[in-house]
Amino acid sequence: MTSAITVDGLEVIFDRFRALKGVSLEVRSGESFGLVGESGSGKSTLLRAIAGLASVASGSITVNGKTLGARRDKAFYREVQMVFQDPYGSLHPRQTVDRLLQEPLAIHGFADGEKRIERALDEVGLGNGFRFRYAHQLSGGQRQRVAIARALILEPSILLLDEPTSALDASVQAEVLNLLEEVRRRRKLTFLMVSHDLAIVTHMCERLMVMQGGEAVENLTAAQLVAHRVTEDYTRNLLRASEGFVRV
Amino acid sequence: MSALLDVEDLRVTFPTRTGLIEAVRGVSFSLGRERLGIVGESGSGKSQTGRAIMGLTPPQARISARKLAFDGIDLLGISPRERRSLRGNRIAMILQDPKYSLDPVMSIGRQIVETLRTHEKVSKAEARERALAMLEAVQIRDPKRVFDLHPHEVSGGMGQRAMIAMMLIAGPEMMIADEPTSALDVTVQLDVLGILDRLVSERGMGLIFISHDLRLVSSFCDRVIVMYAGKVVEQLKASELGQAQHPYTRGLLNCMPRIGFERHPLPVLDRKPEWAA
Repeated sequence: MTSAITVDGLEVIFDRFRALKGVSLEVRSGESFGLVGESGSGKSTLLRAIAGLASVASGSITVNGKTLGARRDKAFYREVQMVFQDPYGSLHPRQTVDRLLQEPLAIHGFADGEKRIERALDEVGLGNGFRFRYAHQLSGGQRQRVAIARALILEPSILLLDEPTSALDASVQAEVLNLLEEVRRRRKLTFLMVSHDLAIVTHMCERLMVMQGGEAVENLTAAQLVAHRVTEDYTRNLLRASEGFVRV
Repeated sequence: MSALLDVEDLRVTFPTRTGLIEAVRGVSFSLGRERLGIVGESGSGKSQTGRAIMGLTPPQARISARKLAFDGIDLLGISPRERRSLRGNRIAMILQDPKYSLDPVMSIGRQIVETLRTHEKVSKAEARERALAMLEAVQIRDPKRVFDLHPHEVSGGMGQRAMIAMMLIAGPEMMIADEPTSALDVTVQLDVLGILDRLVSERGMGLIFISHDLRLVSSFCDRVIVMYAGKVVEQLKASELGQAQHPYTRGLLNCMPRIGFERHPLPVLDRKPEWAA
Protein backbone atom coordinates (compact mmCIF):
# COMPACT_ATOMS: atom_id res chain seq x y z
CA MET A 1 0.00 0.00 0.00
CA THR A 2 1.32 3.45 -0.88
CA SER A 3 1.67 6.12 1.71
CA ALA A 4 -0.46 9.28 1.56
CA ILE A 5 1.34 11.29 4.21
CA THR A 6 4.84 10.66 5.54
CA VAL A 7 6.17 12.89 8.30
CA ASP A 8 9.76 12.46 9.37
CA GLY A 9 11.44 14.05 12.39
CA LEU A 10 9.16 17.09 12.34
CA GLU A 11 10.07 20.01 14.60
CA VAL A 12 7.89 23.08 15.07
CA ILE A 13 9.14 25.91 17.24
CA PHE A 14 7.09 28.93 18.35
CA ASP A 15 9.52 31.59 19.59
CA ARG A 16 11.54 29.42 21.95
CA PHE A 17 8.84 26.84 22.66
CA ARG A 18 9.25 23.48 20.95
CA ALA A 19 5.67 22.51 20.10
CA LEU A 20 6.74 19.41 18.15
CA LYS A 21 9.93 17.58 19.09
CA GLY A 22 10.84 15.38 16.16
CA VAL A 23 7.61 13.54 15.35
CA SER A 24 7.41 10.88 12.66
CA LEU A 25 4.27 9.40 11.18
CA GLU A 26 3.05 7.45 8.19
CA VAL A 27 -0.52 7.48 6.93
CA ARG A 28 -1.28 4.98 4.18
CA SER A 29 -3.40 5.87 1.24
CA GLY A 30 -7.11 5.26 1.93
CA GLU A 31 -6.54 4.88 5.64
CA SER A 32 -8.13 6.75 8.51
CA PHE A 33 -5.52 7.75 11.07
CA GLY A 34 -6.15 9.37 14.45
CA LEU A 35 -4.06 11.70 16.61
CA VAL A 36 -4.98 11.69 20.30
CA GLY A 37 -3.68 13.75 23.18
CA GLU A 38 -4.49 16.41 25.70
CA SER A 39 -4.28 20.14 25.12
CA GLY A 40 -0.71 21.19 24.41
CA SER A 41 0.31 17.74 23.17
CA GLY A 42 1.04 19.09 19.68
CA LYS A 43 -1.62 17.11 17.85
CA SER A 44 -3.22 20.16 16.22
CA THR A 45 0.18 21.69 15.48
CA LEU A 46 1.14 18.55 13.57
CA LEU A 47 -2.01 18.84 11.47
CA ARG A 48 -1.46 22.54 10.88
CA ALA A 49 2.17 21.96 9.89
CA ILE A 50 1.05 19.49 7.22
CA ALA A 51 -1.53 21.99 5.95
CA GLY A 52 1.13 24.71 5.80
CA LEU A 53 -0.37 26.75 8.64
CA ALA A 54 2.59 26.36 11.01
CA SER A 55 6.17 26.91 9.90
CA VAL A 56 8.43 23.89 10.11
CA ALA A 57 11.83 24.24 11.81
CA SER A 58 13.23 20.92 10.62
CA GLY A 59 12.14 17.54 9.36
CA SER A 60 10.24 16.64 6.23
CA ILE A 61 6.64 16.14 5.12
CA THR A 62 5.81 14.07 2.05
CA VAL A 63 2.30 14.00 0.62
CA ASN A 64 1.38 11.58 -2.16
CA GLY A 65 5.05 11.06 -2.98
CA LYS A 66 5.96 14.76 -3.17
CA THR A 67 8.16 16.30 -0.49
CA LEU A 68 6.77 19.66 0.55
CA GLY A 69 8.71 22.91 0.68
CA ALA A 70 8.00 25.93 2.83
CA ARG A 71 5.29 27.13 0.46
CA ARG A 72 2.45 24.95 -0.71
CA ASP A 73 1.40 25.23 -4.35
CA LYS A 74 -2.17 25.18 -5.63
CA ALA A 75 -1.93 21.53 -6.60
CA PHE A 76 -1.31 20.66 -2.94
CA TYR A 77 -4.57 22.22 -1.83
CA ARG A 78 -6.49 20.32 -4.48
CA GLU A 79 -5.23 17.15 -2.85
CA VAL A 80 -5.35 18.16 0.82
CA GLN A 81 -8.18 20.04 2.53
CA MET A 82 -8.86 20.77 6.17
CA VAL A 83 -11.96 20.94 8.38
CA PHE A 84 -11.59 23.02 11.52
CA GLN A 85 -12.92 22.59 15.03
CA ASP A 86 -15.14 25.59 15.44
CA PRO A 87 -17.82 25.92 12.78
CA TYR A 88 -18.70 29.32 14.25
CA GLY A 89 -15.25 30.67 13.50
CA SER A 90 -14.35 28.96 10.24
CA LEU A 91 -17.10 30.32 7.98
CA HIS A 92 -17.10 33.92 6.77
CA PRO A 93 -19.98 35.66 8.58
CA ARG A 94 -20.84 37.98 5.69
CA GLN A 95 -20.76 35.48 2.84
CA THR A 96 -23.60 33.23 1.79
CA VAL A 97 -23.03 29.49 1.59
CA ASP A 98 -23.00 29.84 -2.19
CA ARG A 99 -20.25 32.48 -2.07
CA LEU A 100 -18.26 30.39 0.44
CA LEU A 101 -18.34 27.38 -1.85
CA GLN A 102 -17.52 29.41 -4.95
CA GLU A 103 -14.26 30.72 -3.53
CA PRO A 104 -12.21 27.50 -3.76
CA LEU A 105 -13.66 26.87 -7.23
CA ALA A 106 -12.64 30.35 -8.43
CA ILE A 107 -9.13 29.99 -6.99
CA HIS A 108 -8.60 26.72 -8.80
CA GLY A 109 -10.32 27.81 -12.03
CA PHE A 110 -13.18 25.34 -12.18
CA ALA A 111 -15.72 26.15 -14.88
CA ASP A 112 -18.63 23.94 -13.82
CA GLY A 113 -19.13 25.70 -10.45
CA GLU A 114 -22.91 25.65 -10.53
CA LYS A 115 -23.10 21.87 -10.81
CA ARG A 116 -20.37 21.26 -8.25
CA ILE A 117 -22.00 23.44 -5.60
CA GLU A 118 -25.30 21.64 -6.03
CA ARG A 119 -23.61 18.28 -5.79
CA ALA A 120 -21.47 19.22 -2.78
CA LEU A 121 -24.46 20.49 -0.81
CA ASP A 122 -26.39 17.42 -1.74
CA GLU A 123 -23.57 15.18 -0.63
CA VAL A 124 -23.43 16.65 2.89
CA GLY A 125 -27.19 16.38 3.28
CA LEU A 126 -28.05 20.05 2.86
CA GLY A 127 -30.52 20.75 0.08
CA ASN A 128 -30.36 23.62 -2.39
CA GLY A 129 -32.47 25.63 0.05
CA PHE A 130 -29.37 26.33 2.13
CA ARG A 131 -27.45 27.82 -0.75
CA PHE A 132 -28.22 31.47 -0.18
CA ARG A 133 -28.19 31.51 3.60
CA TYR A 134 -25.59 33.10 5.83
CA ALA A 135 -23.63 31.18 8.49
CA HIS A 136 -25.59 32.80 11.33
CA GLN A 137 -28.79 31.35 9.91
CA LEU A 138 -27.47 27.81 10.33
CA SER A 139 -27.11 25.56 13.38
CA GLY A 140 -23.71 24.28 14.51
CA GLY A 141 -24.19 20.94 12.78
CA GLN A 142 -25.32 22.58 9.53
CA ARG A 143 -22.29 24.89 9.61
CA GLN A 144 -19.96 21.94 10.01
CA ARG A 145 -21.68 20.31 7.02
CA VAL A 146 -20.97 23.46 4.97
CA ALA A 147 -17.33 23.33 6.09
CA ILE A 148 -17.15 19.69 4.95
CA ALA A 149 -18.80 20.60 1.64
CA ARG A 150 -16.23 23.35 1.13
CA ALA A 151 -13.43 20.86 1.77
CA LEU A 152 -14.91 18.26 -0.59
CA ILE A 153 -15.76 20.57 -3.46
CA LEU A 154 -12.22 20.40 -4.87
CA GLU A 155 -12.32 16.59 -4.74
CA PRO A 156 -9.24 16.19 -2.55
CA SER A 157 -7.83 12.78 -1.70
CA ILE A 158 -6.81 13.69 1.85
CA LEU A 159 -8.89 15.38 4.55
CA LEU A 160 -7.27 16.85 7.66
CA LEU A 161 -9.85 16.96 10.46
CA ASP A 162 -9.11 19.02 13.55
CA GLU A 163 -11.63 18.05 16.26
CA PRO A 164 -14.47 18.29 13.75
CA THR A 165 -17.24 17.53 16.26
CA SER A 166 -16.04 18.77 19.65
CA ALA A 167 -18.12 21.97 19.42
CA LEU A 168 -21.30 20.02 18.64
CA ASP A 169 -23.98 18.35 20.77
CA ALA A 170 -23.72 14.57 21.14
CA SER A 171 -26.65 13.84 18.82
CA VAL A 172 -25.35 16.21 16.14
CA GLN A 173 -21.87 14.76 16.59
CA ALA A 174 -23.20 11.33 15.63
CA GLU A 175 -24.71 12.74 12.43
CA VAL A 176 -21.48 14.49 11.41
CA LEU A 177 -19.33 11.43 12.19
CA ASN A 178 -21.67 9.28 10.07
CA LEU A 179 -21.44 11.79 7.23
CA LEU A 180 -17.64 11.77 7.38
CA GLU A 181 -17.53 7.98 7.29
CA GLU A 182 -19.91 7.92 4.37
CA VAL A 183 -17.97 10.38 2.21
CA ARG A 184 -14.75 8.57 3.02
CA ARG A 185 -16.20 5.29 1.85
CA ARG A 186 -17.73 6.79 -1.27
CA ARG A 187 -14.67 8.81 -2.33
CA LYS A 188 -11.98 6.51 -0.91
CA LEU A 189 -10.49 9.41 1.05
CA THR A 190 -7.58 9.37 3.46
CA PHE A 191 -8.37 10.90 6.85
CA LEU A 192 -5.97 12.34 9.38
CA MET A 193 -8.11 13.19 12.36
CA VAL A 194 -7.26 14.96 15.61
CA SER A 195 -9.37 14.43 18.70
CA HIS A 196 -9.05 14.48 22.47
CA ASP A 197 -11.73 11.80 22.69
CA LEU A 198 -10.45 8.22 22.51
CA ALA A 199 -13.92 6.86 21.81
CA ILE A 200 -14.32 9.03 18.70
CA VAL A 201 -10.90 8.11 17.38
CA THR A 202 -11.41 4.38 17.86
CA HIS A 203 -14.78 4.72 16.17
CA MET A 204 -13.42 6.60 13.15
CA CYS A 205 -9.85 5.38 12.69
CA GLU A 206 -8.01 2.14 12.04
CA ARG A 207 -4.73 3.30 13.53
CA LEU A 208 -3.81 6.06 15.92
CA MET A 209 -0.94 7.82 17.57
CA VAL A 210 -1.01 9.05 21.17
CA MET A 211 0.85 12.31 21.74
CA GLN A 212 2.05 14.15 24.84
CA GLY A 213 4.15 17.29 25.21
CA GLY A 214 5.07 17.48 21.52
CA GLU A 215 6.19 13.87 21.26
CA ALA A 216 4.69 10.62 20.07
CA VAL A 217 3.95 8.37 23.05
CA GLU A 218 2.60 5.29 21.33
CA ASN A 219 1.37 3.97 17.99
CA LEU A 220 -1.62 1.66 18.16
CA THR A 221 -4.31 0.06 16.08
CA ALA A 222 -7.90 0.73 17.11
CA ALA A 223 -8.28 -2.99 17.85
CA GLN A 224 -5.36 -2.91 20.28
CA LEU A 225 -6.91 0.02 22.09
CA VAL A 226 -10.28 -1.69 22.34
CA ALA A 227 -8.58 -4.77 23.81
CA HIS A 228 -6.67 -2.48 26.24
CA ARG A 229 -3.40 -3.79 24.83
CA VAL A 230 -1.44 -0.60 25.45
CA THR A 231 2.11 -0.37 26.72
CA GLU A 232 2.42 3.22 27.97
CA ASP A 233 1.05 4.44 31.29
CA TYR A 234 -0.05 7.69 29.71
CA THR A 235 -2.30 5.88 27.25
CA ARG A 236 -3.66 3.72 30.06
CA ASN A 237 -4.53 6.88 32.01
CA LEU A 238 -6.36 8.32 29.02
CA LEU A 239 -8.27 5.09 28.61
CA ARG A 240 -9.30 5.04 32.25
CA ALA A 241 -10.36 8.69 32.12
CA SER A 242 -12.55 8.04 29.10
CA GLU A 243 -14.58 5.55 31.09
CA GLY A 244 -16.01 8.21 33.39
CA PHE A 245 -15.84 9.02 37.06
CA VAL A 246 -15.26 6.24 39.58
CA ARG A 247 -15.85 6.93 43.26
CA VAL A 248 -12.98 5.74 45.46
CA MET B 1 -34.95 13.78 53.95
CA SER B 2 -36.04 17.42 54.13
CA ALA B 3 -35.72 19.24 50.86
CA LEU B 4 -33.03 21.89 50.62
CA LEU B 5 -34.45 23.31 47.44
CA ASP B 6 -37.97 23.12 46.10
CA VAL B 7 -38.70 24.08 42.52
CA GLU B 8 -42.21 23.95 41.17
CA ASP B 9 -43.28 25.03 37.70
CA LEU B 10 -40.25 27.26 37.08
CA ARG B 11 -40.47 29.35 33.90
CA VAL B 12 -37.90 31.70 32.39
CA THR B 13 -39.02 33.85 29.47
CA PHE B 14 -36.90 36.14 27.29
CA PRO B 15 -38.51 38.94 25.31
CA THR B 16 -37.02 39.18 21.81
CA ARG B 17 -37.82 41.20 18.70
CA THR B 18 -39.83 38.30 17.33
CA GLY B 19 -41.81 37.62 20.49
CA LEU B 20 -41.36 35.79 23.76
CA ILE B 21 -38.99 32.85 23.99
CA GLU B 22 -39.55 30.42 26.82
CA ALA B 23 -36.16 28.99 27.74
CA VAL B 24 -37.46 27.09 30.76
CA ARG B 25 -41.04 25.85 30.59
CA GLY B 26 -42.40 24.53 33.84
CA VAL B 27 -39.55 22.69 35.53
CA SER B 28 -40.21 21.03 38.89
CA PHE B 29 -37.85 19.11 41.14
CA SER B 30 -36.55 19.05 44.68
CA LEU B 31 -33.05 18.65 46.01
CA GLY B 32 -31.92 17.15 49.29
CA ARG B 33 -28.36 16.73 50.48
CA GLU B 34 -27.49 14.76 47.41
CA ARG B 35 -25.89 15.04 44.00
CA LEU B 36 -28.41 15.84 41.32
CA GLY B 37 -27.44 15.98 37.65
CA ILE B 38 -29.26 18.09 35.08
CA VAL B 39 -28.48 16.92 31.56
CA GLY B 40 -29.50 18.28 28.20
CA GLU B 41 -28.16 19.57 24.92
CA SER B 42 -27.55 23.21 24.08
CA GLY B 43 -30.77 25.17 24.28
CA SER B 44 -32.49 22.70 26.59
CA GLY B 45 -32.73 25.28 29.39
CA LYS B 46 -30.43 23.48 31.83
CA SER B 47 -28.14 26.45 32.43
CA GLN B 48 -31.02 28.92 32.67
CA THR B 49 -32.58 26.69 35.33
CA GLY B 50 -29.37 26.88 37.36
CA ARG B 51 -29.05 30.62 36.84
CA ALA B 52 -32.64 31.26 37.87
CA ILE B 53 -32.05 29.43 41.17
CA MET B 54 -28.87 31.40 41.71
CA GLY B 55 -30.55 34.68 40.76
CA LEU B 56 -28.28 35.39 37.82
CA THR B 57 -30.89 35.61 35.09
CA PRO B 58 -30.41 38.68 32.84
CA PRO B 59 -32.65 41.57 33.95
CA GLN B 60 -34.79 41.61 30.82
CA ALA B 61 -35.96 38.03 31.37
CA ARG B 62 -39.07 37.16 33.32
CA ILE B 63 -39.07 34.41 35.94
CA SER B 64 -42.15 32.85 37.39
CA ALA B 65 -42.67 29.79 39.55
CA ARG B 66 -45.38 28.36 41.75
CA LYS B 67 -42.61 27.72 44.24
CA LEU B 68 -38.90 28.47 44.30
CA ALA B 69 -37.78 27.92 47.86
CA PHE B 70 -34.34 27.39 49.33
CA ASP B 71 -34.45 26.09 52.91
CA GLY B 72 -37.94 27.55 53.29
CA ILE B 73 -36.95 30.98 51.92
CA ASP B 74 -39.03 32.13 48.97
CA LEU B 75 -36.29 33.15 46.52
CA LEU B 76 -38.61 35.17 44.28
CA GLY B 77 -40.15 37.09 47.18
CA ILE B 78 -37.03 38.44 48.89
CA SER B 79 -35.20 41.68 48.11
CA PRO B 80 -32.10 41.81 45.90
CA ARG B 81 -30.04 42.58 49.01
CA GLU B 82 -31.24 39.45 50.79
CA ARG B 83 -30.64 37.49 47.61
CA ARG B 84 -27.06 38.80 47.51
CA SER B 85 -26.44 37.72 51.06
CA LEU B 86 -27.45 34.17 50.12
CA ARG B 87 -25.31 34.10 47.00
CA GLY B 88 -21.77 32.98 47.69
CA ASN B 89 -22.67 32.39 51.32
CA ARG B 90 -25.32 29.68 51.44
CA ILE B 91 -25.64 29.01 47.70
CA ALA B 92 -22.55 28.87 45.53
CA MET B 93 -21.96 28.39 41.83
CA ILE B 94 -19.05 27.04 39.79
CA LEU B 95 -18.93 28.08 36.16
CA GLN B 96 -17.48 26.35 33.13
CA ASP B 97 -14.27 28.12 32.29
CA PRO B 98 -11.97 29.60 34.95
CA LYS B 99 -10.42 31.75 32.21
CA TYR B 100 -13.59 33.81 32.08
CA SER B 101 -15.11 33.40 35.51
CA LEU B 102 -12.15 34.51 37.62
CA ASP B 103 -11.21 38.19 37.86
CA PRO B 104 -8.14 38.58 35.61
CA VAL B 105 -6.67 41.57 37.47
CA MET B 106 -6.89 40.21 41.00
CA SER B 107 -4.65 37.56 42.53
CA ILE B 108 -6.31 34.23 43.27
CA GLY B 109 -5.77 34.62 47.00
CA ARG B 110 -7.36 38.06 47.12
CA GLN B 111 -10.43 36.77 45.28
CA ILE B 112 -10.90 34.01 47.82
CA VAL B 113 -10.38 36.38 50.75
CA GLU B 114 -12.85 38.83 49.23
CA THR B 115 -15.57 36.16 49.13
CA LEU B 116 -14.96 35.23 52.74
CA ARG B 117 -14.87 38.80 54.07
CA THR B 118 -18.04 39.73 52.21
CA HIS B 119 -19.98 37.16 54.19
CA GLU B 120 -18.15 36.84 57.49
CA LYS B 121 -16.51 39.28 59.89
CA VAL B 122 -12.97 37.96 60.05
CA SER B 123 -9.59 39.66 60.35
CA LYS B 124 -7.34 39.89 57.32
CA ALA B 125 -4.82 37.50 58.83
CA GLU B 126 -7.46 34.90 59.66
CA ALA B 127 -9.01 35.24 56.19
CA ARG B 128 -5.63 34.60 54.65
CA GLU B 129 -5.09 31.53 56.84
CA ARG B 130 -8.47 30.13 55.88
CA ALA B 131 -7.93 30.83 52.18
CA LEU B 132 -4.61 28.97 52.31
CA ALA B 133 -6.23 26.05 54.11
CA MET B 134 -8.98 25.96 51.47
CA LEU B 135 -6.44 25.97 48.64
CA GLU B 136 -4.80 23.02 50.33
CA ALA B 137 -8.16 21.26 50.61
CA VAL B 138 -8.57 21.41 46.82
CA GLN B 139 -5.19 19.70 46.52
CA ILE B 140 -3.09 22.62 45.41
CA ARG B 141 0.38 21.55 46.41
CA ASP B 142 1.98 24.93 47.03
CA PRO B 143 -0.87 27.12 48.32
CA LYS B 144 1.38 30.01 49.39
CA ARG B 145 2.70 30.41 45.85
CA VAL B 146 -0.68 30.01 44.15
CA PHE B 147 -2.25 32.54 46.57
CA ASP B 148 -0.29 35.36 44.91
CA LEU B 149 -0.66 34.21 41.30
CA HIS B 150 -3.09 35.77 38.86
CA PRO B 151 -5.57 33.60 36.94
CA HIS B 152 -3.63 33.78 33.66
CA GLU B 153 -0.58 32.29 35.39
CA VAL B 154 -2.25 28.99 36.26
CA SER B 155 -3.50 26.07 34.16
CA GLY B 156 -7.18 25.35 33.56
CA GLY B 157 -7.29 22.58 36.14
CA MET B 158 -5.59 24.75 38.74
CA GLY B 159 -7.93 27.66 37.96
CA GLN B 160 -10.96 25.43 38.41
CA ARG B 161 -9.61 24.22 41.77
CA ALA B 162 -9.16 27.84 42.84
CA MET B 163 -12.75 28.49 41.78
CA ILE B 164 -13.96 25.56 43.89
CA ALA B 165 -11.92 26.85 46.84
CA MET B 166 -13.50 30.28 46.45
CA MET B 167 -16.98 28.83 46.30
CA LEU B 168 -16.54 26.56 49.30
CA ILE B 169 -14.83 29.00 51.66
CA ALA B 170 -18.04 30.48 53.03
CA GLY B 171 -19.35 26.99 53.70
CA PRO B 172 -22.41 26.93 51.41
CA GLU B 173 -25.18 24.39 51.87
CA MET B 174 -25.97 24.15 48.20
CA MET B 175 -23.73 24.33 45.17
CA ILE B 176 -24.64 24.67 41.52
CA ALA B 177 -21.91 23.51 39.16
CA ASP B 178 -22.55 24.48 35.54
CA GLU B 179 -20.33 22.34 33.30
CA PRO B 180 -17.50 22.55 35.85
CA THR B 181 -15.13 20.30 33.93
CA SER B 182 -16.05 20.71 30.26
CA ALA B 183 -13.13 23.05 29.55
CA LEU B 184 -10.59 20.66 31.08
CA ASP B 185 -8.61 17.72 29.72
CA VAL B 186 -10.06 14.30 30.51
CA THR B 187 -7.48 13.28 33.10
CA VAL B 188 -7.65 16.67 34.86
CA GLN B 189 -11.43 16.41 34.68
CA LEU B 190 -11.37 13.34 36.91
CA ASP B 191 -9.06 14.98 39.48
CA VAL B 192 -11.36 17.98 39.76
CA LEU B 193 -14.45 15.78 40.01
CA GLY B 194 -12.76 13.73 42.72
CA ILE B 195 -12.09 16.87 44.77
CA LEU B 196 -15.62 18.14 44.26
CA ASP B 197 -17.05 14.76 45.21
CA ARG B 198 -15.05 14.50 48.43
CA LEU B 199 -15.81 18.04 49.58
CA VAL B 200 -19.50 17.77 48.80
CA SER B 201 -19.93 14.53 50.72
CA GLU B 202 -17.72 15.60 53.66
CA ARG B 203 -19.71 18.78 54.12
CA GLY B 204 -23.09 17.25 53.40
CA MET B 205 -23.93 19.76 50.71
CA GLY B 206 -26.58 19.57 48.06
CA LEU B 207 -25.09 19.67 44.57
CA ILE B 208 -26.72 20.45 41.25
CA PHE B 209 -24.40 19.30 38.48
CA ILE B 210 -25.33 20.72 35.09
CA SER B 211 -23.77 19.07 32.05
CA HIS B 212 -24.29 17.97 28.48
CA ASP B 213 -22.47 14.70 29.13
CA LEU B 214 -25.03 12.14 30.20
CA ARG B 215 -22.51 9.41 30.83
CA LEU B 216 -20.22 11.54 32.99
CA VAL B 217 -23.18 12.82 35.03
CA SER B 218 -24.53 9.36 35.62
CA SER B 219 -21.16 8.17 36.91
CA PHE B 220 -20.97 11.12 39.32
CA CYS B 221 -24.50 11.88 40.54
CA ASP B 222 -27.14 10.06 42.58
CA ARG B 223 -30.06 11.24 40.50
CA VAL B 224 -30.39 12.63 36.99
CA ILE B 225 -32.92 14.98 35.41
CA VAL B 226 -32.98 15.00 31.62
CA MET B 227 -34.16 18.22 29.95
CA TYR B 228 -35.31 18.82 26.41
CA ALA B 229 -36.62 22.10 24.98
CA GLY B 230 -37.06 23.71 28.39
CA LYS B 231 -38.87 20.80 29.99
CA VAL B 232 -37.97 17.84 32.15
CA VAL B 233 -38.56 14.74 30.03
CA GLU B 234 -37.30 12.20 32.55
CA GLN B 235 -36.10 11.90 36.16
CA LEU B 236 -34.28 8.79 37.21
CA LYS B 237 -31.69 7.32 39.52
CA ALA B 238 -28.22 7.46 38.00
CA SER B 239 -27.77 3.74 38.61
CA GLU B 240 -30.89 3.01 36.55
CA LEU B 241 -29.84 4.97 33.50
CA GLY B 242 -29.75 1.73 31.52
CA GLN B 243 -33.49 1.38 32.04
CA ALA B 244 -34.31 4.90 30.82
CA GLN B 245 -37.80 5.06 29.35
CA HIS B 246 -37.86 8.26 27.33
CA PRO B 247 -36.66 7.87 23.71
CA TYR B 248 -34.67 11.11 24.02
CA THR B 249 -32.65 9.83 27.00
CA ARG B 250 -32.06 6.53 25.26
CA GLY B 251 -31.12 8.26 22.00
CA LEU B 252 -28.69 10.53 23.81
CA LEU B 253 -27.01 7.55 25.48
CA ASN B 254 -26.90 5.58 22.26
CA CYS B 255 -25.50 8.13 19.86
CA MET B 256 -22.13 8.49 21.61
CA PRO B 257 -19.31 6.31 20.30
CA ARG B 258 -18.03 3.92 22.95
CA ILE B 259 -14.77 2.04 23.10
CA GLY B 260 -15.43 -1.63 22.48
CA PHE B 261 -18.94 -1.18 21.03
CA GLU B 262 -18.57 -0.96 17.25
CA ARG B 263 -21.56 0.50 15.47
CA HIS B 264 -21.37 1.85 11.93
CA PRO B 265 -23.16 4.12 11.30
CA LEU B 266 -23.88 5.50 14.76
CA PRO B 267 -27.56 5.61 15.69
CA VAL B 268 -28.85 9.17 15.38
CA LEU B 269 -31.57 10.93 17.30
CA ASP B 270 -34.88 11.06 15.54
CA ARG B 271 -36.41 14.12 17.21
CA LYS B 272 -40.17 13.94 17.65
CA PRO B 273 -42.17 17.17 17.89
CA GLU B 274 -44.23 15.72 20.74
CA TRP B 275 -41.14 15.62 23.02
CA ALA B 276 -41.21 19.41 23.15
CA ALA B 277 -44.99 19.59 23.59
